[in-house]
Amino acid sequence: MSDQTLGAGPKRIDGRLKVTGQAPYAADHALDNTAYGYGVFSTISRGRIVSLELDAARAMPGVIEIFHHGNFPALHHTPSSMAKGNKVEETRLPFEDERIYYDGQFVALVVAERFDQARAAAQAVKVRYEEETPRANLEQGVKAHGTKKGKGNHSRGDADGAFERGTHQIDVTYTTPVETHNPMEMHSTLAHWPDGRLQVFESSQGVVQQKGAMAKIFNLAPHKVEVISTFIGSGFGSKLWMWPHAVAAAAASREIKRPVELVVPRQQMFTTTGHRPETEQTLKLATDDQGRLIALSHHSVSTTSYTDQYVETCGSVTKSLYSCDNVSITHRTTEVNRGTPTSMRAPGAAPGLFALESAIDEMALEAGIDPLTFRLNQFAERDESQDLPFSSNHIKEAAERAAEQFGWHQRNPKVGSMRDGREIVGYGMAACNWEAIKRPCDAHVALRADGTVYASCATQDIGTGTYTIVAQTLVELTGVPFERIEVELGDTSYPKGPISGGSWTTATTLPAIAEATRHAIDELKTRAVRSGGPFEGVDVEALTFDNGVLSFEGKRIPFAEALSTMKLANAEGEAHTEGADTSKYSYRSFGTHFVEVRWDPLLANLRVARVVSAIDVGRVMNEKTARNQVEGAVVMGIGMAMFERTEYDPRTARVVNNNYAEYLVPVHADQPEVDVILLDYPDTAFNEFGARGIGEIGITGLAAAVANAVYHATGVRVRELPITKEALMGAV
Amino acid sequence: MQSFELIRPESVKDAIGAQSERSAYIGGGTTLVDLMKLGVMQPDHVVDTNRLGLDEIEVLDDGRLKIGARVSNSRLATDARVERDYPVLSQALLSGASTGLRNMATTAGNVMQRTRCPYFRDPAKPCNKREPGTGCSAMDGINRNHAVLGTSEHCIATHPSDMCVAMAAIGATVVVEGRKGTREIPFEDFHLLPGDHPEREHDLRSDELITHVVLDAPLEGAVSTYLKLRDRASYEFALASCAAIVTLEGTKVTAARIALGGVATKPWRAVDAEAALVGEDATAKMFEQVALLAFQRAIPLEHNAFKVELGQQAIARALRDAVQQASQGEHQ
Repeated sequence: MSDQTLGAGPKRIDGRLKVTGQAPYAADHALDNTAYGYGVFSTISRGRIVSLELDAARAMPGVIEIFHHGNFPALHHTPSSMAKGNKVEETRLPFEDERIYYDGQFVALVVAERFDQARAAAQAVKVRYEEETPRANLEQGVKAHGTKKGKGNHSRGDADGAFERGTHQIDVTYTTPVETHNPMEMHSTLAHWPDGRLQVFESSQGVVQQKGAMAKIFNLAPHKVEVISTFIGSGFGSKLWMWPHAVAAAAASREIKRPVELVVPRQQMFTTTGHRPETEQTLKLATDDQGRLIALSHHSVSTTSYTDQYVETCGSVTKSLYSCDNVSITHRTTEVNRGTPTSMRAPGAAPGLFALESAIDEMALEAGIDPLTFRLNQFAERDESQDLPFSSNHIKEAAERAAEQFGWHQRNPKVGSMRDGREIVGYGMAACNWEAIKRPCDAHVALRADGTVYASCATQDIGTGTYTIVAQTLVELTGVPFERIEVELGDTSYPKGPISGGSWTTATTLPAIAEATRHAIDELKTRAVRSGGPFEGVDVEALTFDNGVLSFEGKRIPFAEALSTMKLANAEGEAHTEGADTSKYSYRSFGTHFVEVRWDPLLANLRVARVVSAIDVGRVMNEKTARNQVEGAVVMGIGMAMFERTEYDPRTARVVNNNYAEYLVPVHADQPEVDVILLDYPDTAFNEFGARGIGEIGITGLAAAVANAVYHATGVRVRELPITKEALMGAV
Repeated sequence: MQSFELIRPESVKDAIGAQSERSAYIGGGTTLVDLMKLGVMQPDHVVDTNRLGLDEIEVLDDGRLKIGARVSNSRLATDARVERDYPVLSQALLSGASTGLRNMATTAGNVMQRTRCPYFRDPAKPCNKREPGTGCSAMDGINRNHAVLGTSEHCIATHPSDMCVAMAAIGATVVVEGRKGTREIPFEDFHLLPGDHPEREHDLRSDELITHVVLDAPLEGAVSTYLKLRDRASYEFALASCAAIVTLEGTKVTAARIALGGVATKPWRAVDAEAALVGEDATAKMFEQVALLAFQRAIPLEHNAFKVELGQQAIARALRDAVQQASQGEHQ
């Protein structure tokens, strides 16, 4: 059984359901009499709808109703508070008025008997617009109306003054493009209103938040809304907060009094379900004559929509990763005609560490110091931005072990000096970093008379392995093996759990599950020593529970038998656990990436040949799923470094490459050997299991490590992602 | 997608009879269905070719290879005669799309493949190819993937096929059948330059159906290679590709066929480069020189200027790789 406890690497308990096609995703749920919605989406990005020609579409086969701003029911805004559990990213409701703020915005919704009928009719709707000149990108936004102050700013010492005093200085600007999450599974909603209640099947990373937002928008008592998301085909952040399609589907269902299913087409996954915004980041660094960092400024501007203020906090890591007395971090935004941005895997840190860790590389080279040595000398010993110790920080060991494994010390620092046949080899490295957050959580666990153990929580498994590590927690605490464990997640009828995002889920959920399990065991013991119980009269403190068996002085009774004897169906435990105490420690995860690139100058071909990553995320709960998270994040980081870029036509602000063929992500052939070292030091100051979460950290810093390796190979310092052939052509 | 009638003829004659201005033939459907979903192609009738036979590969008496229109890209790529006599075609096919798409895609369908220009694929955007006279959105738009050769002021859409590039190098004939009988169209004449009429992509009349593609007999003793350059390692259309076929006598080039993909509005024979190479020594320096000739008339735009150099690199490297086989005794 030890292969199923925490820290081991058992296979996913839901793996078989998934690979055999039995795991129901949102749009797989079948309800009688379901009607299908398909959107009509704006083909301008700024202006207003003058008129809609609907007659032809209305007359088409199967069409039930066409909703638009002229006939959509009046709804309410959600206050959009994460703390209150009703956050959305785009607060404007679909069809709220005739205004168009971005390309691919819902302008109408056709509901028909069949999906194909709805789509055909949607294409037959003619929309007349009054078009205004859009702001298509960051540059145009800044030019049109400047920038606004964002959140997460930080200042200590005098960064500008110290910069001027520096012996070596770096003053450089980096840019990152819009990236689109592109999860495999489309955003989808199946909504219906049984008995005046709203039940929604959604591909969601946060059922509790969606429930709260739906209750506000439809003015319903919270208990009248249920959101279900049992299986999710990934989200990468785009499914944290619900988007207009979900509101549209629920409203349409209420109006036509039938279940309505609405799947967002791939093209509109680029427009109306969030994206990582474009950023421009200026880094000013200076060292003294000893190579000590004395000034660090990180000023960023990111794009947001005209409807909502989303801030990409690019400097969130910069304020605490390195020891420096003079630091200035600012975030500003500029509005453009794009949909509202949202969190994408490691929001802030992913673009932010591309800039910071590229700049650190530039700074080290400017100061004449090996980039690894430069970092080892200056990694912060405590969180200087909060003046708190780190709860647990092994970044130096991570750097040293990964460097050793990678062979960093065989690196010839001279640019372009390492060759292998036609290819020039480049070595680069970067630090990775992500915050650790533990939020309040509720959970329910039952030891059942049939010998099974059951747990439920309204968090989700977005493909990362949450079902499995909850089951492992139950194995650890009850001794009952996987075959007799049932875990239910992703339904708001279960106790409140966290969003599956921010790498919060493990640290937030498992302590609640554990506490509920202990309560269930206590309940079992309490019952067992009462009158009529199998251990009647025994001091409850003396009764033990191990490997599913109650025992006292040689008398051993399995819990199922004990419950049966007492004619009880189960012994239950509920738990509420609080968020982490942030007054004593700064909780963060750490790591380093080492990357080898190969540049073939005669073919303008760049590839990542090898990655070694050492990751310090506290205790590893499942060796297999944890490694899988880092490997996946590294591959996504390669995509960020070399491929991903959502292109908007600068004249129209319309997305150009809105499909899997032209929006490039790495394919199997792009994936190098990825060697992941998991340090596995429990962070017990953070929670009882010492786990900090592992979903995001792997992508942070990876693009910088690639860019630094590219510089080493080619001598070209690429400060604009992605790193394209044309940026490198003409290099030595 | 608009409603359409699916017609499933059992003979080539019936298929031609079913064809009209408002119909489209379907093979594997890997381009057509995509474009129908997007509303770019809206045929009233879809004429299925899957019951017409046309799925044989046969060697003709004169040494040419006759390929049925419905032979899948997968089958063609792995056919023993193709692998032996036309390895450049096999390589080109296998560098395109994915296994699943190649299993569905047909030979004639690949010849008829339409451009990936994103402005063509979006009915809300002006496009002279889709709606003549509306203008070219790509010219001053995002045109990184667009052509630098064979363009006109009305269209810069890239021809996306890999297979056709190899066929252009090999030399081939497109055999078509219409109400007036059979026609044979030289491969280089089949695809049309956009000129003033980018909506006309090929020399196929509205009643005609491609029945076969016949490859020229292989060049005796030739060496060849297909080289495809792109951003990621697989499953992407070419930024630049080159099919090179060379015969040598000692160190001298006696015949050369150079065709380009990813950089031109049709499968592109680099005839100037070929002519300059014949009779010369097969050296890296010479390959670089002739590669320059191939792009003499290139018209680069804001985002695709790098394709000139990339295309030249593709030619030089493809020729080197091919000739290297000769020195290693790996004649095709």
